Amino acid sequence: MEKQLKNTGSSGRKIIVIAVTALNAIDSPGPGVAVIRAIRECHDYEVRIIGLSYESLEPGLYMHDIVDKTYQIPYPSSGTDTLMARIMHIHEIEHIDLIIPNFDAELFNFIKLKDKLRDLGIRTFLPELAQFEARDKIKLYEFGKKHGLTMPRDIIIHQAKDLAEAAERIGYPMVVKGKFYDAIIANTLEHAQKAFYKIQAKWGLPIIVQEFINGTEINIAALGDGEGNAISIIPMRKLYITDKGKAWAGITLDDSSFIMLARKFVKVTNWRGGCELEIMQTADGKPYIMEVNPRFPAWIYLTAAAGQNQPAALVKMALGEKVEPFTDYEVGKIFIRYAWDLITDIREFQKISGTGEL
Amino acid sequence: MRLKKNIATSEEGFIFNPATGDSFSTNDIGADIISLLKEEKPNQVIIDTICTKYDVDQNQFEKDLDDYFCQLKEYTILE
Repeated sequence: MEKQLKNTGSSGRKIIVIAVTALNAIDSPGPGVAVIRAIRECHDYEVRIIGLSYESLEPGLYMHDIVDKTYQIPYPSSGTDTLMARIMHIHEIEHIDLIIPNFDAELFNFIKLKDKLRDLGIRTFLPELAQFEARDKIKLYEFGKKHGLTMPRDIIIHQAKDLAEAAERIGYPMVVKGKFYDAIIANTLEHAQKAFYKIQAKWGLPIIVQEFINGTEINIAALGDGEGNAISIIPMRKLYITDKGKAWAGITLDDSSFIMLARKFVKVTNWRGGCELEIMQTADGKPYIMEVNPRFPAWIYLTAAAGQNQPAALVKMALGEKVEPFTDYEVGKIFIRYAWDLITDIREFQKISGTGEL
Repeated sequence: MRLKKNIATSEEGFIFNPATGDSFSTNDIGADIISLLKEEKPNQVIIDTICTKYDVDQNQFEKDLDDYFCQLKEYTILE
């Protein structure tokens, strides 16, 4: 019976087994739960969702209507061999059809393993390593210059003493950024030095010193087919921002300049998979690309709610279906995130902590 | 004066700019003005209509209307 459940659904159709990471639906959330919610809303297929977790207290693990079964996987720093061994073990049990990784830090490993996974029959829908690396924070300005995309000027530095020269070239205020995360706006050299050491201690070197752009923060969720076509583009303005800079509420926008910008990005990179462009629109309407996140954002369910279900479209493309680009979406669609105390039992926590499965 | 394309309004005086995501509430007179702008009525028609419907001094209203237009322009609601 168990075997039958894994293979066919109630409609007699094959169940697609999809493994999803980033189930940390916390105040600075990973996109996993939103990705699964969108996938489950599409009735063109039946799915069994396998959660891949790093921590025992990622809320998604305990949402049994969202995730059917969870396995812990090793941290990205353990390397590709350890990850591959764990995936092979899970695959023997679950017969995974598709993996959707959603954390920046794990993408490198999954991209490296793409071919090996394909040999096992596990599909992915990820950018090529070159695409992934080209949009890296450290290379973003050069990337923009090459493709005619507007990015803020930046200087990469490895020593705090280089801050003064960077400030002379960029001016104040300037933004001191970590290579993975964190950004501090500095108005003086002393402030910049403090920011440098704080970020270095947390994220290491190099440090990015970036031109400060004042404006309205817009985020764009885009899905590329890997051949230069944008299958879906949804721009969203944050209506409520947490102290960590995350959107707690947002609204879909109707502005063709954002659509054109995202379409150009997908075209010049031949982007495959989901991505998020973080835009700062200045008072004179100029959109600067501040960052490119190489995966779906945590607010991705809004794309499904607005009529362009990006995670579902990714699943179809990963399975080899041809997906036509979406043309319409609902403008003025709002998401408001909320906190909910999920109650579970010590036995569940014990199970995931002790066996690495739930 | 013309409302920007796609500006959504309601009879209750709610204005939504889909390009920026901004939304605003206005009072009854403001809602009537927006409604007349949507119908592309010229300024003089707006002035006559409002001054007939409400007990307002025309000179004062013309001045207030200019201020209102300035606000709408600032919020990119007017072209």
